[in-house]
Amino acid sequence: MSGHSTYHPTSGFGKFMDDRLPIARLVHDSFVSFPVPRNLNNFYTFGGILMVMLVSQIITGVVIAMHFTPDASMAFDSVHLLRRDVEYGHTLQSWHAVGASMFFIAVYIHIFRSLYYGSYKAPREILWILGVVIYLLMMATAFMGYVLPWGQMSYWGAQVITNFFSAIPLVGDTVREFLLGGYAVGNATLNRFFSLHYLLPFMITGVVILHVWTLHVTGQTNPTGVEVKSKQDVIPFTPYATIKDAFAMVVFMIIMCYFVFYMPDYLGHADNYIPANSNVTPAHIVPEWYFLPFYAVLRAIDFNIGIPFTDIVLIDSKLGGVLAMFGAIAVLFFVPWLDTSDVRSANYRPMYKIFFWIFAINAVFLGYLGSRPAEGIWIPLMKASTLWYFFHFIVIMPLLGWFEKPLPRPASITDAVLAKNGGASIAQIEGTAAEPQAKG
Amino acid sequence: MSDAHAGDVNRRDFLYLATGAAGVVAVGGIAWPLVSQLAPNAREVAGGAPIEIDISAIEAGQVITVTWRGSKYFVYHLTEEEKAAAEKQEQSHFRDFVAADSRISGPEGGEAVWSIYAANCTHLGCIPTEVKGGGDTWNCPCHGSKFDVTGRVTKGPAPVNLPQPPMVFASAEKLIIGTDKVGA
Amino acid sequence: MTAKKERKMKMVFTKFAAKISAVVIASTLAIASSSVGARAAEDGGTPHYPLKKPLEQKWSFSGPFGHFDKAQLQRGLKVYTDNCSSCHSLNLLSYRNLSALGYNEQQIKNYAAEKEVTDGPNEDGEMFDRPAKSTDRFVGPFANDEEAKASNNGALPPDMSLLAKARAPERGFPTFIFDIFTMYTENGPDYIYTLLTGYQDAPDSVVVQDGLHYNPYFVSGNALAMSPPLIDDEFEYDDGTPGTIDQQAKDISAFLAWAADPKLDQRKERGFIVILFLLIFAGLLYFTKKKIWSDVAH
Repeated sequence: MSGHSTYHPTSGFGKFMDDRLPIARLVHDSFVSFPVPRNLNNFYTFGGILMVMLVSQIITGVVIAMHFTPDASMAFDSVHLLRRDVEYGHTLQSWHAVGASMFFIAVYIHIFRSLYYGSYKAPREILWILGVVIYLLMMATAFMGYVLPWGQMSYWGAQVITNFFSAIPLVGDTVREFLLGGYAVGNATLNRFFSLHYLLPFMITGVVILHVWTLHVTGQTNPTGVEVKSKQDVIPFTPYATIKDAFAMVVFMIIMCYFVFYMPDYLGHADNYIPANSNVTPAHIVPEWYFLPFYAVLRAIDFNIGIPFTDIVLIDSKLGGVLAMFGAIAVLFFVPWLDTSDVRSANYRPMYKIFFWIFAINAVFLGYLGSRPAEGIWIPLMKASTLWYFFHFIVIMPLLGWFEKPLPRPASITDAVLAKNGGASIAQIEGTAAEPQAKG
Repeated sequence: MSDAHAGDVNRRDFLYLATGAAGVVAVGGIAWPLVSQLAPNAREVAGGAPIEIDISAIEAGQVITVTWRGSKYFVYHLTEEEKAAAEKQEQSHFRDFVAADSRISGPEGGEAVWSIYAANCTHLGCIPTEVKGGGDTWNCPCHGSKFDVTGRVTKGPAPVNLPQPPMVFASAEKLIIGTDKVGA
Repeated sequence: MTAKKERKMKMVFTKFAAKISAVVIASTLAIASSSVGARAAEDGGTPHYPLKKPLEQKWSFSGPFGHFDKAQLQRGLKVYTDNCSSCHSLNLLSYRNLSALGYNEQQIKNYAAEKEVTDGPNEDGEMFDRPAKSTDRFVGPFANDEEAKASNNGALPPDMSLLAKARAPERGFPTFIFDIFTMYTENGPDYIYTLLTGYQDAPDSVVVQDGLHYNPYFVSGNALAMSPPLIDDEFEYDDGTPGTIDQQAKDISAFLAWAADPKLDQRKERGFIVILFLLIFAGLLYFTKKKIWSDVAH
């Protein structure tokens, strides 16, 4: 797909650099001449949006770190000093906090887009796996960032999440102490979380580079799921994808700004405006919204798993919950092989399409359950919803490959575009004539 | 080329230019807060308000160091001899000559025997040490600059005299550094 | 696999899926529509507070063009000074911040000087008290939390600087979704107002612990340690507004909303400019995109 380079330096300096450090060639090949399928829809703009979000989080993060004091007695005040006394401090702090949520909104759309269009299938397995790695790193980064303002939710979130590791048999408690740097969440924890919160985004950047690299080797998928076959199927990245991504990005920013400027606390939690207090647990402790589905999975396992009809416990409820929660993420790594169908796009998979939407609704519902207290009717619902989550990946995905009868697929992207546009002439496809009002 | 086509091209160029211009504005709008936040914050600014100094206890020949906006200032109570010597000194002795009386002041109706100036060397900011007994009063430990009793530079590398802060005598006992207006 | 068999399997499979999704959706709706029902089912479980939701009030600072009413904030400061400040601190605020309420430097200086702060050490190595300056933080009523608890029967009066953000009773489904579109962010002030005006006699079925005061609007119990703090017509405001409990409660809630979010006016003004610009930018990009893509069917 990457083909041979079409970059031709014109100036003397360009040629000089091209022989020594061909960075202009790299940019040209990756973001100018890189061929993209002509039929990408707006769901394909989220990759670009995510890149911008990563940069935005790093820049605002570096800036607000200049005003932050990673000390248990001063962290909370330093955040509020930033919000009150620093020029644009309120905007920057909100931008970073809301930005984390928006980052996850974008990443969830990006992941669901991949699931819908089968973007994880051969030859893009590594691309997908790198994506899951990025997602994991994002979760770690977001969690540690949430601890830094040192409010009640920060403190008790750290308490709960580091306790996951104490579920590990035999060495669990030691592992947790090593994570915390003490016997309980405290100053040492805050310090190391600050350090790691600063480090991880750069690791994410590294994996993102690999992610984009693999993408540029395999090429992008497209809504038809049919691979690019001819030059007619593709258009150069610049200006077509560039302008499209830019437009989508600005629309995304409008939504983000609405929250940053008008509802900065909507996506957060009120309890984090109370300074951390090791004596009092908030009445209703929940993680940030983007972790809620996994939190529901964690709490769904409230029973020991043992050998039936004996008292032998193999996995107690604590370890079981943690395993289920990590399993819910780990299962994503295997998706390329769990899906046995050789058709990529759900557009041509009538049954998968239904199950995809059931899965999506179930995932959102699981998130809602994550925000509910673990009591009454919610517990069986959490269990059912969790079960369905795994059932989808482990049972439905592999079986569909055998049972499903896919719809006929177009022979090529160009064919699909032609069929969609009906009257579009081949001349338009070839890009020789232009009627401004032909198609927006 | 027909007129209609030319109009179309103009319209397209205008659109591209307008979009590009908006992009530039957007970049500027992003950069602005990122740069603004570097400024001293409101607490720092409020903490930089003028300070009041009680000078009644400072004997002639004594110097005290005060802090305003995080920087040190010398408040020097000159003796008659020191003042006379400073006024008599040759112009060629200084690197950045100004008359001594422009650097000596006092409360209204009181004696002009006070010299107040920054304590950070105008070369690279070290604090000069006081040398008793003749010659220059201040000797910078970092790079050897020397200043006289009124803070005028006599030997480099410091290029200019130690600057005087905005200040005012509110009364015979009270000096205010940070403003040159009483009651502000 | 024969075609017939395959079709049959497919049917079974689809039916199964449809059934499950129907159950999930139905139960979602059932739960969503009656959080009250869920609550009833929890008899004997953890009770959920507040018993009653805060009543929504009209605030000058709500909505996209909302801004604080300085006269109201000044009245609120009076309520704080005369009433709340005997138990509640306001740690994150400095006296200089009062300039946002329209006070001049001298007024702030005088207000601050009513309190003493400990400074030092002086040349003799001793700490000394001096009148507070405008750069000092608000001086609280107690030296530390332990003293505060000791003076209040073991209950700690919370710091008030962020109270209007830290108290936000859950909105529930689907209200929390509508809130995005109505730009509802006044949960905190609504709560404070409702709590202050919500003290009432406990129903016969409720036993209120000694030293607590029944209030169905309290966020973490059915009664709280704070006795009804406002007294009707305790004073008249400087601007002649009658000091009814309702008025005082409104003013202190607005004041606390300001204390928790002093940059609200500025942030909403900025937001308007930024979003207006982005809308124009998006429009330009849209037409540019349309132009660029006009020679490519897609």
